[in-house]
Amino acid sequence: MTVSTPRIDHENTAQGPCLVARGRWSAAQLGAPAVWRAFTRQLQATPAQAGMAWDLRQIDYLDHMGAQLLWNHWGRQWPAQLDTTDDQRSMLERVARFTIAPPQVKPLAAWQRFEGLGKGVLGMLDQLRAMVSLVGQLLLDLLRMLRSPREAPWRDVSGHLYQMGAAALPITALVGFLIGVVLAYLTSLQLRQFGAESFIVNILGIALVRELGPMLAAILVAGRSGSAITAQIGVMRVTEELDAMRVMGISHGFRLVMPRAIALAIAMPLITVWTTLAGLAGGMLAADLALDITPSFFMQAMPGAVKVANLTLAVSKSVVFGVLIALVGCHYGLRVEPNTQSLGRGTTASVVAAITVVILVDAVFAIVFRSVGV
Amino acid sequence: MDNTRIPPSDTIVEVRQLWTAFGSGAKQVVIHKDLDLTIRRGEVLTLVGGSGTGKTVLLRQILGLESPFRGQVTVLGEPAAQLSRQGAASRVGMLFQHGALFSAFTVLENIAFPLRELKVFPPDLINEVALVKLQMVGLGPEHAHKMPSDLSGGMIKRVALARALSMDPPLLLLDEPTAGLDPNGSDEFCALLRSLHEELGLTVVMVTHDLDTLFALSTRVAVLAEKQVIVSGPPHEVTQFKHPFIEHFFLGERGRRATTALPADAPAAVPAPLPPPSPTAPPPVVRKDP
Repeated sequence: MTVSTPRIDHENTAQGPCLVARGRWSAAQLGAPAVWRAFTRQLQATPAQAGMAWDLRQIDYLDHMGAQLLWNHWGRQWPAQLDTTDDQRSMLERVARFTIAPPQVKPLAAWQRFEGLGKGVLGMLDQLRAMVSLVGQLLLDLLRMLRSPREAPWRDVSGHLYQMGAAALPITALVGFLIGVVLAYLTSLQLRQFGAESFIVNILGIALVRELGPMLAAILVAGRSGSAITAQIGVMRVTEELDAMRVMGISHGFRLVMPRAIALAIAMPLITVWTTLAGLAGGMLAADLALDITPSFFMQAMPGAVKVANLTLAVSKSVVFGVLIALVGCHYGLRVEPNTQSLGRGTTASVVAAITVVILVDAVFAIVFRSVGV
Repeated sequence: MDNTRIPPSDTIVEVRQLWTAFGSGAKQVVIHKDLDLTIRRGEVLTLVGGSGTGKTVLLRQILGLESPFRGQVTVLGEPAAQLSRQGAASRVGMLFQHGALFSAFTVLENIAFPLRELKVFPPDLINEVALVKLQMVGLGPEHAHKMPSDLSGGMIKRVALARALSMDPPLLLLDEPTAGLDPNGSDEFCALLRSLHEELGLTVVMVTHDLDTLFALSTRVAVLAEKQVIVSGPPHEVTQFKHPFIEHFFLGERGRRATTALPADAPAAVPAPLPPPSPTAPPPVVRKDP
């Protein structure tokens, strides 16, 4: 035990038994686990009755934590006899004055939970309404752009095209290639059992061109660009840039939403084709290694196995995905409140919503066009 | 009274031969060159200087957030770089310009955070201590469960101050404490800072451009110019010092307004009472010898 360890000594003075506190009674000192354990044990062993005499003048240093501990130990009333320095007295008086029961957070009543459910539903309806009005605004903005194309923010479109399209090429190629390899290996195991090795071209072709290519590209772009769109627009909300734009009479829809939607509508089909090609290359390589199906046979068999309608479907699907990802990103970005926490929440929600929407819409496409190209 | 007669334990911050430089090679910009500064217990020292003279950098170096290019910064007898270790909150408190409250926590959780991180004290005790701090900075317990985003600018500063003081550090650093507050709020915040300085015996280092705040709080002003502390002393003496920056800063239109508004018994002229263990007379004007 060092000199600075906070402790209480029982001493007998001329006036009778007295409790003398010593050491440094500070949060930093008491914060060491060993000190705290020893101290609480000693505090519990110390009688708390009001009749005791206390002498705090031996304390080296008393802070609010120490004063609070003493005050609590005294049962929140002054002991019968107390010797302190002036500083300690004012510290204790301050703690005594300000010690109150912490205000309770009221637990939710049953009707409040019920109300919460209603609020949730209304909130979802509100989101839906905002989303619909965003789509409507986009259509109006597109009309305005067609009427006077010179006014349109083309520089923004080209910037976004580079950021969301060109910059996404490496990652989509890598993912597409690896998925192609994995898919080819898995199917080759099954096909070999039936001696139907050459059908790998049909399976890979249909799966990658019609479904996996567009989906992979859309999910990657939703994660990559959807979050970026929300974060960009959300930061503009936090820094009041959105308000500044509105004050200048520049429409958010025309200047922020439309360029992003156009850029993704153009970039998304291109990325889809690129991802599909990378996937097919991966599949071709794996088929060559696992099933001895040569790349030249693969290429020759491909046009017969996959009808061109599949490619048309995939590309048109991608345009829709691109616009949806941009709209969902903008929607959540514009709804960010001017604080950082809401920004983080909005970005997460945007990515989740964009991926969900893409998968839902893909299912709709699959049902509606089930007789096309198969 | 001169430096040699002050006992070493009364020195809270000591900056010796400090060099600060950004960049390297030909593009190197030297901000501080052989800067010396001693801050004694119980002082309210204000750092002033034109923009780019490195006031905030000096504050960050005292906090140990940036390490000096050359020279040393000693805080409470330890190198400043050691400060950011565990328990730093019990040595130095910092009030950041925009509060820097944790946006995910409520007001009470923000104040309790340094105590809670020790993972030793029971939650009830921590909440009680945090509530005392909350009321000490003049906020009622009804604000305890609010989120920082629901607070006004003045309330954010108060909560940030309560958080800076939550482990009762002897040294408090303030970066533009009244920036962004309306005149009324800024006066109230100054009064709060002054009363806390008196009650808790704090040593305060402050960077401010606001002359009203400067005259209301400072016991000593240190002027940064020409990469050094060109003069330091009580505010009314510093204003008499002949230097283009000081003449422009204190004796310009705004400066005259602030100085004339000063009542005769302003705290600038009479330093605030110092804590009993180390009563020191108002520090003299120290001319920095080249």
